Amino acid sequence: MTERDRNNGTEHIDPQVAETDGGTAVSTDSVDAALNDVETKGVAGYNYAYLDEHTKREVRRAMLKAVAIPGHQVPYASRPMPLARGWGTGGIQASLSLLGPTDTFKVIDQGADESVNAANIRRLAADTADVETTTDTTAADVIQSRHRIPEEVLTDEQRLVLQVPITDALRKVDPSDAANRRRHAHQNYGKMWVHLYENVVEYGEINIASRYPTMVAGRYLMDPSPIPRWDVTKLDDADHLTILAAGREARIYAVPPHTSVEPLAFEDRAFTVERFSGQACHACGSTDTYLVEVSEENEGDFETRYACNDSSFCAKRRENPDLPKDHHLDQSGVDWGPGTPDSDMGGETE
Amino acid sequence: MTILDASGIQTIYGPGCSECLNTTGDHAGTNQCPHCGSVVACADADLSVKSGEVLGIVGESGSGKSSLAETLALERDPEATTDGKVSYAGYDRNLLDVDYQTRHSLRTSEIAFVHQHIRDGLDLDFTGGGNVAEKLLSAGWRSYEDVRERVRELFEATEIPLARMDDPTRTYSGGMQRRVQIARALATDPELVVLDEPTTGLDVSVQARVLDMFRRVQREEGVAAVVVSHDLGVVRLLADRTLVMRHGRIIESGLTDRIMEDPHHEYTQTLINSVI
Repeated sequence: MTERDRNNGTEHIDPQVAETDGGTAVSTDSVDAALNDVETKGVAGYNYAYLDEHTKREVRRAMLKAVAIPGHQVPYASRPMPLARGWGTGGIQASLSLLGPTDTFKVIDQGADESVNAANIRRLAADTADVETTTDTTAADVIQSRHRIPEEVLTDEQRLVLQVPITDALRKVDPSDAANRRRHAHQNYGKMWVHLYENVVEYGEINIASRYPTMVAGRYLMDPSPIPRWDVTKLDDADHLTILAAGREARIYAVPPHTSVEPLAFEDRAFTVERFSGQACHACGSTDTYLVEVSEENEGDFETRYACNDSSFCAKRRENPDLPKDHHLDQSGVDWGPGTPDSDMGGETE
Repeated sequence: MTILDASGIQTIYGPGCSECLNTTGDHAGTNQCPHCGSVVACADADLSVKSGEVLGIVGESGSGKSSLAETLALERDPEATTDGKVSYAGYDRNLLDVDYQTRHSLRTSEIAFVHQHIRDGLDLDFTGGGNVAEKLLSAGWRSYEDVRERVRELFEATEIPLARMDDPTRTYSGGMQRRVQIARALATDPELVVLDEPTTGLDVSVQARVLDMFRRVQREEGVAAVVVSHDLGVVRLLADRTLVMRHGRIIESGLTDRIMEDPHHEYTQTLINSVI
């Protein structure tokens, strides 16, 4: 900041600030003035849901295109957002373009509603889009997530927005985007199959932890964001719409409801989900949820325990240990991810 | 039975003009058009390959052998203008005009190509086995054990040590990389294999072993082949019939023995005399 800025800032009379339909514009006279405005006027002056209407329309158009061609990566403008690219800017733009004043919004980051990033994104939406926020999966209309699809079954009234760091599954086998786009156009996925083949040669099974290459509607190979293998099967023939948005790479793709989503695997080396070898969540005792290791210091020793990754569902299970993942639906036995208590269809739960 | 029939094959690099064909070729002593500067890599080439037959193409560097072979193998060079007609048994269309999908399925199942440069044909970061498996996986094989078994079979047939199957291809010797390319080409039992300079860069003893191996496998599988080489010895060993090319034109063709014993064209006579 220069001396001049500081002087301007202390005097701070802003003739350029004019009343507009959307509120008061933030002064651009000086840095101090702008900072002062943010403190006193908050987000007044911003358009509804932070982004201007043209931007939202452009994002929605990209989303419609993505829904029309499941799994295909649609480019969009990707505006600068008030946080660094790679921190969920794509997800925020998709969410803010979807949200309306009657919606309820939930944000999870690594399965937790409480992480700083999730809380900030939630607050941005609450401040600018005037939406209710929630941590309860079943109460949300729009769920923005990084790394996880919630444990509770999503319905056809909900939309899931996944933040995507890397859009192209093929980048693992070839760094050239131009060559990969040609492969997508020609549905030429031989190289990815060789990658799986060599994986089996090396490890005896396909050993891809996240970003598992997945065929959508039998046509496009999709990178299902960094969700674990555990969650990939939930996308298959799902009731809800999934939007995958990448801010840094400026691409949106989608899995519409009731679309086939098939993880690549060999006939004799099947796709498997993560195994927790009989471990249960130390807090709620669940054995049918995606668990993560937590290391806690206990009198100088580090103790490793397992805990549910979906903290909101874990809280519900603590109240009611037998709560099924489809408890909020009319019918029961809904197939959703690996092994719900009343349905064991989705995968193995060793 | 004729499986591949090509007529009027022409590949031109450059803008091209009406004088290109008249001012190049054997009679003109050059393959570059003096009017527009375009290089006529090959022109007026007619040939056919019968089932199980080996056709040799010989000629000096720049005579258009590789351009002709690439066109036959349905390789496409975006910088070149190609013309002509290639028909293949079972397809009634000109293969030079087909869409990508048809070309891709022909390339994975019917017509295989062994590139002159190893890097064009193999991904050196994949394992040797992976490179061969890619062909099978592209053709729709989805059983790991079946793929593994077939790769093993091909490694045995092309005499690559099985113990090296899961090593990255870049750690292989030049001769082994050639064999991997041939194994890959034969993986899906194609009807026709086009080999562009299969022995370039190999020392004489390895050359002999690769050629022996290919001759044996070719007879066992009954696959037809087009072998391009500047080396008369290679063509003499493998080919039933031979084409001689110079300045982008086929100047002589016939049974290999006839060409070797009784060359008609002056250039062919010089070529054969220079070897013997």
